Amino acid sequence: MSTLPLEIRSLNVAYHRKMVLWDADLSIRPGRSTAIVGPNGAGKSTLLKASLGLIPAASGEVLFYGEPLKKVRSRVAYVPQRESVDWDFPVSARDVVAMGLYKKIGWCLPVRARHRRMADEALADVGLADFAGRQISQLSGGQQQRVFLARALAQKADLHLMDEPFASVDAATEQAILTLIERLKLEGGTVVCVHHDLDTVAEYFDDVILLNMRVVAKGPASEVLTPENLRKTYGARLTLLDEAVVDLSRPGAPRES
Amino acid sequence: MIWTELDTWIVLTGALTAMACAVPGVFLLLNKQSMLGDAISHAVLPGLAIGFLVSGSRDSFPMLLGAVLAGLFTAVVSGVIERRGRVETGASLGVVFCSLFALGLILIRIAADHVDLDPGCVLYGALELAVIDSAAVPRIVWQSTAILLLNLTLAAVFFKELQVAAFDPRFAKASGIPSGGIHHGLTVVTALTTVVAFESVGSILVIAMLIVPGASAMLLSRSVAGVLFWSLVVALASALAGHLLAISVAPEWLGWLTGRQDLGSLNSAGMMAASAGLIFFSLLAASHFARSISGRGRASVL
Repeated sequence: MSTLPLEIRSLNVAYHRKMVLWDADLSIRPGRSTAIVGPNGAGKSTLLKASLGLIPAASGEVLFYGEPLKKVRSRVAYVPQRESVDWDFPVSARDVVAMGLYKKIGWCLPVRARHRRMADEALADVGLADFAGRQISQLSGGQQQRVFLARALAQKADLHLMDEPFASVDAATEQAILTLIERLKLEGGTVVCVHHDLDTVAEYFDDVILLNMRVVAKGPASEVLTPENLRKTYGARLTLLDEAVVDLSRPGAPRES
Repeated sequence: MIWTELDTWIVLTGALTAMACAVPGVFLLLNKQSMLGDAISHAVLPGLAIGFLVSGSRDSFPMLLGAVLAGLFTAVVSGVIERRGRVETGASLGVVFCSLFALGLILIRIAADHVDLDPGCVLYGALELAVIDSAAVPRIVWQSTAILLLNLTLAAVFFKELQVAAFDPRFAKASGIPSGGIHHGLTVVTALTTVVAFESVGSILVIAMLIVPGASAMLLSRSVAGVLFWSLVVALASALAGHLLAISVAPEWLGWLTGRQDLGSLNSAGMMAASAGLIFFSLLAASHFARSISGRGRASVL
């Protein structure tokens, strides 16, 4: 019996009849944090969305804890990209976090005092205890990102799939997210993040999946992040970059001016 | 100005209809689908006409069914055009509802040869005529009360689901709430409301009342429940102000402007739509004023 939080087998995704994800095969290890890294348009967000059934897959199989998503939905929390919603929407931070409880509350029943308390607790966990009643447009970008994380926390899931949580956030939020990921891991949870910043990958995450329409490499960060793998993932753009770095670091290399 | 029992019924019908439209309107607005409301209210016309032609009577049920199907057809077909034709939402809706509306007008002409189904009545409504009824309470009043109660009940029962499907449909779907199904439900309710409202107030007021109360209420409240409440208030106020303007102020003002004394009263439904617009622009100006004073991001008027 499989206990892996997420297993994806030969997943193909097409968008407007153009393939965006080829034959993706991967598994996420429990109790660890995994980064999905790759250039723009590599299909990182697509991978998350397709595995959650938000966009149709052409073929392939996705299993969460050995089962199709439908059977274990409550064990999986999704944090969409912050830019994917309208932050002028007339709701408070607490209202947004309470959305993580809607499925548990059930159809036709209202959000009650005890759910609002649970929402407030989740907000306190991301350092936003004082902002519960704020309208979401009055929060900074980093605070908005933390509201999204609090919503996922309120779901009390085992696997967290986050789409670019570190994208353009302030230092305080970055620290809050890192602390949160560590805490989730300690509690036996698993975290998967789409990540952009190559400089911080090795520091922030245990495992790395390099993606550029196909899975280029996967495994522990220290093994995966080799110049060879990065070149395969990012192509010529990065090649130029690290050649430049090599040139500059060579003793006696010609310097400008 | 002489106020009769008829005036009371006109205002009451206008207010009930406007409030019934405001409820699905708020959620269309929150879904950024205001254009869909506009499209549905035009596209139900051929549905009404076909329902009428098939059944051969002005029986409400076949016409209602035809209209709801036409509304759903619009939502589904424009969705397909948007994906296949790679055009933006507004354009694909525009293509579908304009064609359907034109078809509807033609069909009504054909139908009108047999009975009294008048294109003008469909556009402007016949509020003044609809309330003339032998019963103690006109049928149209019962009808609009029923649709208002239905919409309020649905909004209360599915409040959470409507809210999350509008704010973050992807998250809703991932957590097991079928946001697609909720959007379709909203489409059906909008079509239903439109059809009931058509008879009394016509398509122009329906379009106004789907959008303007919600848009005004957005300036007044920072919660979805608050927006719903204020949209009902704005709908009510527009109906009352609209009729007052239609029977007294506007004819006098226009008479003074044109030098004609024989204008009589104006179309009440039209003035109700105009009043809603006036209310919106006043609130918009007030919110800009409030914002420039407080100097903060998004200020509320209250």
